[in-house]
Amino acid sequence: MRETRWLPYALLLPATAFLLAFFLLPFIEVALNAFTPKGGGPFSLNHFRTMIGDWKFGPAVRNTFVLTLIIVPLQTILALALANLVMKVQRRADVLLYILTIPLGISDLAAGLIWLAIFEQTGYLNSILSGLGVIPGPQTILSYQNMWVLFAAVILAEVWRATAIMLVILVAGMGLIPREYYEAAEVFGASAWKRFLRITLPLLKPSLQTALILRTILAFEVFAIVAALAGTNLQVLMGETYAWQFDFQDNGVASAYALLILAISVGFTVLLLWALRDRTGVRA
Amino acid sequence: MKAMSLRNPVIRRNGNFLIGTAVVTACLWVLVPLYFLAVNALSSPKAVIGFPKPAVPQFNLESVHFFATYEGVATALLNSVLVAGLTMVLAIGLGAPAGYALARFDFPGKSAFRLVVLMTRAFPLPLLALPLTVLYIRTGLDDTALGLAFVHTTLALPFSILITASLFLSIPVELEEAAWTLGCTRIGAFRHIVLPLAVPGIAASAVFAFVTSWNEVFAAAVLTVQHRTLTAFLLQSLDVSPLPLKFAGAAALVLPTLIFLFAVRKYLFSLWGIANR
Repeated sequence: MRETRWLPYALLLPATAFLLAFFLLPFIEVALNAFTPKGGGPFSLNHFRTMIGDWKFGPAVRNTFVLTLIIVPLQTILALALANLVMKVQRRADVLLYILTIPLGISDLAAGLIWLAIFEQTGYLNSILSGLGVIPGPQTILSYQNMWVLFAAVILAEVWRATAIMLVILVAGMGLIPREYYEAAEVFGASAWKRFLRITLPLLKPSLQTALILRTILAFEVFAIVAALAGTNLQVLMGETYAWQFDFQDNGVASAYALLILAISVGFTVLLLWALRDRTGVRA
Repeated sequence: MKAMSLRNPVIRRNGNFLIGTAVVTACLWVLVPLYFLAVNALSSPKAVIGFPKPAVPQFNLESVHFFATYEGVATALLNSVLVAGLTMVLAIGLGAPAGYALARFDFPGKSAFRLVVLMTRAFPLPLLALPLTVLYIRTGLDDTALGLAFVHTTLALPFSILITASLFLSIPVELEEAAWTLGCTRIGAFRHIVLPLAVPGIAASAVFAFVTSWNEVFAAAVLTVQHRTLTAFLLQSLDVSPLPLKFAGAAALVLPTLIFLFAVRKYLFSLWGIANR
């Protein structure tokens, strides 16, 4: 057909134009805003100085990294375990998978509020503990005085909500591994653990890489779960970005934060691409 | 060792028991927190702030009523539906043609386009709402449903492109070619052959775009002021809203997505699997 030469480009045009206008342009604009002083003028690092000079900057960076470095490995292990479980189940594996992937559709804000129902002072954890006679009455759980509990609550809620996305990617990846490999390993007497280590993990690397990149980036964006469970007692990068933009109406400093989060995300993506790069050329 | 364990009934029974326990634990881990939310949403405000918490719902709609009639909630719900609906239309309207192009043609620049689409995932996209606040004031898009839908579309578009591409790829090109030889135009063949086969999958990815927008918090809270979405409303009233409002609000956020995802559950898994490969 004669039109086929230009047709694909015509079909790509709307999506490309949209991505230029709402992905590339804002990306350039956020960088410009971060380096442009208030009221205009030449290039300056003032917004970054304000950002770093704020007492909340250090805690926000530290907390975001601590949360990410705990949540993502935990989720990876849990998702691998659950994916193995799904592959092992003989009957009604589809029902199990449906239940396990319910959190896919739940927003981080809703997840935060769901776990708030468990951890707040008159919540379910206290109700159960006092029902068992462990504690005499409602205790304050979520307070700035026990930071590690705030961390634990956020970690639990994030692991509860966002493990499903890793699970789906890993189950899809496991489905691509030929059964014959496992049968051969069994013939040679490899244990279940050895089969997992020597067959599943290496062949799952592309899926694992995708899942890790996706989750790591989202983990650095942690925001609404923290807002719901810890309010402003637990500073995170995205929360500070929001505070500067919305509460202090300072787009410049918010842009500086945004640029920092972007840099961290891209940095970790490159790191994961490198660390889990395909060394053998064998793809699952 | 499977061969041996299958022959030994004791080992097999123990193995089944272990798997069964793991399955039940995993399901409870997902379902129990949701159950607690449901109990809270279906209990009276007095019970919600009382202690200890009820273990079973009272099936009292006072909390729901309190939430539904709370100032700003009705419009927030409406705005959420509007923004999510617009996002759905934009993501499919822009994404499906691109997906078709990726599935049916080989052309210079194809892999570059694919790469750009995949690359968007390495960026925390809601942050791009920050510069848009300034740009929107200049263009009159500030605090509008359309303005926010544009940001949500950047989130949903990469997925809808990749999902529709694999959908069209799964429909044999021979069917289309047969229609052409029988005198169908390209557009006619697409409408009569490809589209009917692709509609369920497209609908599923549309639902996915809707849910993406419905659940998004950061950009919604930054970009909407008077016309807040439900997530923006709930986030900004966290400090002041009483517990019954929070829990009924969370239930209102969760319920539609659960229904939608249940409706497309057949596709959900394959779509996510495909889009993330």
